[in-house]
Amino acid sequence: MSFAREPLPKATTIKLFKSLFLARRSEEYIVKHYAENLMRTPMHMSMGQEFVCVGVCSALEGKADVFASYRSHAAFLAQTHDTDRFFSELYGRTSGTGEGKGGSMHLAAPDQGHILSSGVVATQIPVAVGAAFANRQLKTGRTSVVFFGDGAADAGVFWESINAAALFKLPVIFVCEDNGYAVDTPREARQVSKSLSDAVKPFGADTYEDDSGDVESVYSLAKEAVAKAHRDRRPAFLNVKCCRYLEHVGIGTDWNWGYRDQATVEREWIDRDALKVQRARLAKHQVTESAIAAMEDEIDKAIQASVKRASQAPIPTPDRLHAGVFYEKA
Amino acid sequence: MRKLDYAGAIREATTQEMERDSRVFVYGIGVPTWSSIFGTTKGIPEKFGKERCFDTPISEDAMTGFGLGAAIRGLRPIHVHIRVDFMILATNQLINMVSNYTYSTGGKLKVPLVVRAVIGRGWGQGAQHSKALFSNFTHIPGLKVIAPTTPSDMKGMMIAAIRDDNPVICFEHRWLYWAEEDVPEEPYEIPLGVGRILRPGKDVTVVGLSWMNVEARLAADILAKRGVSVEIVDPRTLAPLDENLIVESVKRTGRCIIADCDWVDSGFSAELSARINEKCFGKLKAPVKRIGFAQTPAPTVRELENEFYPNAKTIVHAVEDMLGLEAANLDGEDFFSHERRFRGPF
Ligand SMILES: Cc1ncc(C[n+]2csc(CCOP(=O)(O)OP(=O)(O)O)c2C)c(N)n1
Ligand SMILES: [Mg+2]
Repeated sequence: MSFAREPLPKATTIKLFKSLFLARRSEEYIVKHYAENLMRTPMHMSMGQEFVCVGVCSALEGKADVFASYRSHAAFLAQTHDTDRFFSELYGRTSGTGEGKGGSMHLAAPDQGHILSSGVVATQIPVAVGAAFANRQLKTGRTSVVFFGDGAADAGVFWESINAAALFKLPVIFVCEDNGYAVDTPREARQVSKSLSDAVKPFGADTYEDDSGDVESVYSLAKEAVAKAHRDRRPAFLNVKCCRYLEHVGIGTDWNWGYRDQATVEREWIDRDALKVQRARLAKHQVTESAIAAMEDEIDKAIQASVKRASQAPIPTPDRLHAGVFYEKA
Repeated sequence: MRKLDYAGAIREATTQEMERDSRVFVYGIGVPTWSSIFGTTKGIPEKFGKERCFDTPISEDAMTGFGLGAAIRGLRPIHVHIRVDFMILATNQLINMVSNYTYSTGGKLKVPLVVRAVIGRGWGQGAQHSKALFSNFTHIPGLKVIAPTTPSDMKGMMIAAIRDDNPVICFEHRWLYWAEEDVPEEPYEIPLGVGRILRPGKDVTVVGLSWMNVEARLAADILAKRGVSVEIVDPRTLAPLDENLIVESVKRTGRCIIADCDWVDSGFSAELSARINEKCFGKLKAPVKRIGFAQTPAPTVRELENEFYPNAKTIVHAVEDMLGLEAANLDGEDFFSHERRFRGPF
């Protein structure tokens, strides 16, 4: 279903558009330049799915502790908008999120609420539960949010984590980016339950199904789910249907793999692309075409500037290899 | 000073740190229950409440990730496993997550997490309740690994572990819980990464791990009666290792026996042996000798258990062998029997 509560205030519509555009254009830059072989890290692209992370992170207005999978780009940019550290890490520079030691699968900016990203399926999920516990004990007022794929719900630790969050009465926001596939294996070949939400509900979480493909729906849903989770002291499970436009890992398309049909995907998803829909909404709010173009231009320039700074930043010296295995006090 | 046992040392260290720092909490399967992990958490739930001392579902994987999440967001968790065998379910989090996030975030995340694991021979425990598995964890960069032997070492090292900003795995041999000695009442730290000479000697170095130091002391007493002087070195911290202390001891004695309470093949004793050979080559009067479990799953029946687990006798005979001495008749000697204190069931 859709949770869109139109019309959202104009400022919110603009904010969501900009955040979507930032994630999309950053990845389009990667697609264009990957072949230069200077960003030497496996990329699991968010393209097509950005609206999920953008909707949720925007709803939390900086008060989220975000935990992401290896498909981390949209989550990272939606939460931090920090293209400097993003591109620096992809280029393997000391100015990156992990001074080049993390790469695309380990983007992290804890000071900006993107706590970590993880490359082993489902491993980030229980970490979000512990973070929610810390947030409660320390009364930080922050909300623990974890993004993961439908494949992660195959894993035992997902169920352990839902159970623990409900048992400990922790308002963890579990967000399943349900793109229907784990690599090229469809959900039906991996899971018996017809609906993940139905399976999760008896564990004591509030569950929500969103198949709108719309950032404003996800935004409104997240607002509602977060408020309820805190009020009722229980976790929320948001299953958001989405579509990965590119191949599982890498910058190409995968129409030739034969597991999904290009025409169907275009008709069902790409034709109602969330960014396109959001751009059209701006017009409804009387934002002129030239004003939209100016916003887009500003974001493009910011990306270019970040890329430039990244490519001029130092590459770690060999002695950094052994540094930082253990925590060093600043 | 008053006497305190090893379980009491853990309990006192935990209690004092929880009093000092409200971010410290302790959790795990059975932690707040009556049996309280061999008494090591007794009284803590009453004193600090359910939010700081709590039980968990039997979800070792998730509850380890939980500890990581709490640690990187400002708390200082202590996660307890009543057997290392059950901690195997936590290895995805320990090896893939806990160990490497400080590194892969360029030092932006710190992980002040203590994970306690009970190890060792019990009483007919068989194959799934008796392991040590030191090297599974010392193999991994980013994890600190400790295995204190004495109550006073345990208290100081537990406090140091809780105050450390890195993940520390603490191995506790269950036969040590009743060991007693003078332990200072006030809180104190024994730095991690520093070993200890438990007994000075000049003929042969025995590097003992955990419980095997108790066996080594008994062996040394027996051998002293025959004029053989044994030096016992307890690394205490396995990673990062106080290599120098061991190397200097072996250079002095020229002989080294490593006594482990774990399998020998690819075990921690293999690491120690390799380092001693690298650093003491030319000073060794005999090849390094390793003692440990038989390379089989642990059996249950007593007669096979006695074959499987090494003890003081094994050490005595290894020393005799190395020094070219006749094997002594040990019939009159009094060896440790766990059964003096314990007759089951767990
Ligand atoms: C524990 C584990 N098993 C297998 C893999 C290999 N792998 C990487 S991504 C992936 C598919 C995951 O699918 P899903 O959770 O739906 O996320 P998506 O990639 O669709 O975003 C697999 C099997 C892994 N990284 N971790
Ligand atoms: Mg998927």
